[in-house]
Amino acid sequence: MKTHPTLTRTARKVLFIACLGAAASSVQAAEDYSSFLRPAEIPQPDNNRITTARTELGKMLFFDPRLSGSNWISCGTCHNPTLGWSDGLPTAIGHGMGVLGRATPTILNTAYQPLQFWDGRARSLEKQAVGPIQAAGEMNQNMDELVKELSALKGYRDAFEDAYPGEGITEKTIAKALATYERTIVSTESPFDRWVKGETHAMSKQAQQGFEVFLGKGRCVLCHGGFNFTDNGFHNLGLKNDDDPGRYGIRKVKILKGAFKTPTLRDVELTAPYMHNGAYKTLEEVVDHYNRGGDTKDNLDPNMQPLHLSASEKASLVAFMKALTGEPAPVTLPRLPIE
Amino acid sequence: MLKSSQQKLLHAAVITTALLTASAVQAAELVVDQHNKTFVVEGNKVEAITIHVGDTLRFRNDDPFFHNIFSLSDLKTFDLGSFPKGQSKTVTFDKAGMVEVECAIHPEMYMEVTVK
Ligand SMILES: [Cu+2]
Repeated sequence: MKTHPTLTRTARKVLFIACLGAAASSVQAAEDYSSFLRPAEIPQPDNNRITTARTELGKMLFFDPRLSGSNWISCGTCHNPTLGWSDGLPTAIGHGMGVLGRATPTILNTAYQPLQFWDGRARSLEKQAVGPIQAAGEMNQNMDELVKELSALKGYRDAFEDAYPGEGITEKTIAKALATYERTIVSTESPFDRWVKGETHAMSKQAQQGFEVFLGKGRCVLCHGGFNFTDNGFHNLGLKNDDDPGRYGIRKVKILKGAFKTPTLRDVELTAPYMHNGAYKTLEEVVDHYNRGGDTKDNLDPNMQPLHLSASEKASLVAFMKALTGEPAPVTLPRLPIE
Repeated sequence: MLKSSQQKLLHAAVITTALLTASAVQAAELVVDQHNKTFVVEGNKVEAITIHVGDTLRFRNDDPFFHNIFSLSDLKTFDLGSFPKGQSKTVTFDKAGMVEVECAIHPEMYMEVTVK
């Protein structure tokens, strides 16, 4: 029988404990994986610290369809908390039921990402938040109109004054409130996290084997590293029939043609379909894609190569990704002002 | 920032060579490592360094994944392409001014090179 690395580690651990004569309290594997735990502190800019008033206002705006030109689409229409803060669609649907070119990314853990959007064109959540509101194909709203509409409602006038005293209702304060709410949407504890903390049985044996494949033969960690399982970088994965320039539209460097931002793998089970164009319905299909080393080799990311994974290794990878699903975090919905 | 001792060393290297070489000031070469998705010079993370006209930076990848160092600055536009762990590529800075150097794959890797 092939000795599995996990078993080897367990054996080492048992030996270690035996030598110390320690009690049978469960100790995690010899390796320290604490860098895979989410830092408790949420990154936030000095000029927009997270407060309850700002979070509550941001949540009102996030779920208010009046933020769109049609008064029918809210941020939460596409970033739907019941669908992993995405929409369950291959690519998003925007103003007038128009189908957009890219998938709706989850907003989970965006606080920890330096660049926003699939192509990284926004350097902060504040800059990101007002993009889709005004984009003709998305929410199709005129910002001056929106400021007028919100200013006409006492409920919003009070909420803005509470959140940003003396700053008024402006594009800036709308952006700051939305960004604050988005920052608070962070991943919760998953079986993987409990396993890292030392609960030996929190994650199945199969998922533990999947983690080994993830770190080794599967080469996943080369891009999906760190607690958020992303390098915050840009890669061309060789998807079929895709001529979206991606990051190249922002930075004219050859390697970025067709490159998109590495998404988080936290709660990935909840955000199907997958890839920037929604090409794959299941995680199994995604693993098969990587196992082939991608399809289109033109400008393929150099980290990509055929992996020669066995069926059981592929299944274990999927089990591992599913062990990254956090505890449900119920969202209480705000009551929106009507006057 | 490059520590002043390192700057002095670099300057000293240039000056010493100048004294020894009758013709012109010989350029220095400085190794910039890519380590944990940061730029590292002599073990220290750097976000800005100062060099002299004619100096060369050798970008060396110390990470288990690829990097792709480039600049779109007017003063010195270059794209070193992607290279794996253990490999390095060089750029010589032939004009005075400021150059923004970035990794295309990991835009958090950013450094300002002032050429004097
Ligand atoms: Cu890089």
